[in-house]
Amino acid sequence: MARKRAASVIPGFGLTLGYTLLYLGLVVLIPLSATFVKAAHITWPQLHDILLDPQVLAAFRLSFTASAGAALVNGVFGLLVAWVLVRYQFPGRGFLDSMVDLPFALPTAVAGIALCTVYAETGWIGGPLSKLGIKVAYTQFGVIVALIFIGLPFVVRTVQPVLEDLDKEVEEAATSLGANRWQIFRRLIFPAVLPSLFTGLSLAFARALGEYGSVIFISGNMPMKTEIVPLIIVSKLEQYDYVGATAVACIMLVLSFALLLIINMMQRWAGARTRGGH
Amino acid sequence: MDSKQAAVSEPRWLQWVLIAAAVGFLFLLLFVPLITVFAGALDQGIKAYLHSFADPDTLFAIRLTLLIAVIAVPLNLTFGVAASWAIAKFDFPGKQLLTTLIDLPFAVSPVVSGLIFVLLFGKNGWFGPWLQAHDIKIIFAVPGIVLATIFITFPMVARELIPLMEEQGKEEEEAARTLGANGWRIFWHVTLPNIKWGVLYGVILTNARAMGEFGAVSVVSGHIRGLTTTLPLQVEILYNDYSYVQAFAAASLLCFLALITLAAKAIVQKRVDRARKNAGGPVSGT
Repeated sequence: MARKRAASVIPGFGLTLGYTLLYLGLVVLIPLSATFVKAAHITWPQLHDILLDPQVLAAFRLSFTASAGAALVNGVFGLLVAWVLVRYQFPGRGFLDSMVDLPFALPTAVAGIALCTVYAETGWIGGPLSKLGIKVAYTQFGVIVALIFIGLPFVVRTVQPVLEDLDKEVEEAATSLGANRWQIFRRLIFPAVLPSLFTGLSLAFARALGEYGSVIFISGNMPMKTEIVPLIIVSKLEQYDYVGATAVACIMLVLSFALLLIINMMQRWAGARTRGGH
Repeated sequence: MDSKQAAVSEPRWLQWVLIAAAVGFLFLLLFVPLITVFAGALDQGIKAYLHSFADPDTLFAIRLTLLIAVIAVPLNLTFGVAASWAIAKFDFPGKQLLTTLIDLPFAVSPVVSGLIFVLLFGKNGWFGPWLQAHDIKIIFAVPGIVLATIFITFPMVARELIPLMEEQGKEEEEAARTLGANGWRIFWHVTLPNIKWGVLYGVILTNARAMGEFGAVSVVSGHIRGLTTTLPLQVEILYNDYSYVQAFAAASLLCFLALITLAAKAIVQKRVDRARKNAGGPVSGT
């Protein structure tokens, strides 16, 4: 504490930091640690039984694969959308740019019933698809569609500023040295964007793992088939199985904190890369 | 940003192919679901649409949703301003850790966010027996919904303000201090004018999330009709009841909220970027 804080003449340090710590403790830290204290009462055999239950295992498998699948799709299309928004001029670009944030702004329950209706067999997209023999609603594919919807802004919004900051002169130099557009994209642009793309993908993945509202309608929630991990927690709570719910929730918490750590490290890497590029 | 230099851009035909692919993807993923909500709400005509708002449960849900936002947004706004003042204007050990801790609620699944309050205040929770003895209900009641909403929207204002205030530095405040202004005067007359658009931006985001939160609220609310159903929960109840017109009508209100949020965001974002440019900092998209 004996740092050179005396140098600051601005008042209010004690008040604002004290209030920040108090509010943070009351709203976030105490409730979160209460969960872990509760979980500490769970014995190893209990935990073993809860987590190795086939229904829980199937949910973890689905949550992981669907989140990863959705992140991959968003990696391709998010990069495409960011590229088009940054590099090209076309009518409606500004409008499209602000609409990318729709999944952030739209309540997840609304997204859920809307996606379910669109991709049901009677829906505007589900109808034509079902004639081709592709079922989306109430399948694992539906889970992925909902997670693509939720994750898109994360990828676009992390890649976009990096694309905007890219130095055009380097591309001009490469062009004058005889490189074609594809080579420039592959050798110059893509490597520069890659760290931020990874960050965006992991943000989308982390969000997808915990997502609930937009998934539960389109997934149909069939045990062993289309049940995601957050739904397992809810259904355990509804059966008053607090021990089971707490155990699964703790695994989720540990996973999210690990992801947060990885994302923080990646952001630092991405920051170092962009700074080094200038 | 400017495609006039044809030499360093893609051929025109490829540009249009990429634009078409991006627009097509966004159309299928974002616009079709949005249109579906309004189409579903107006499926049986405008009269049926308007009539669905006569349902007392829906009316109650609208009122409750507004109430939750009125409580949660100012609390998190006060916290956000205090936290960014402490973090942006002062150096102290553990600053990085504090910033990470403030971000924690964003990393937690909405369902788990609700669960932690059930474990604290529910029947079998830490404070459960005490609350029951004093006849106070938090879980399956409005206080629980407020708490879960505050938790979910906790980092939003601070997240907007910390980078903004860090970029603006502290010279102006220090100058005001040397001229004899006290803390409140400095805040109201020097700092706030500089960060007002950032504050507004944070409030808009917090409000949208507070009104639209579903997962966390769903866990703590108990879905008691006319008592603990917010608008997003009412949408779920109506939809599961096969009352599609009413469900989509209620959902359309939330769509309006989302669209207004996006419009306000676009306007305020420009102001924030301008304020950042004036402060000499980078202009960011998020």
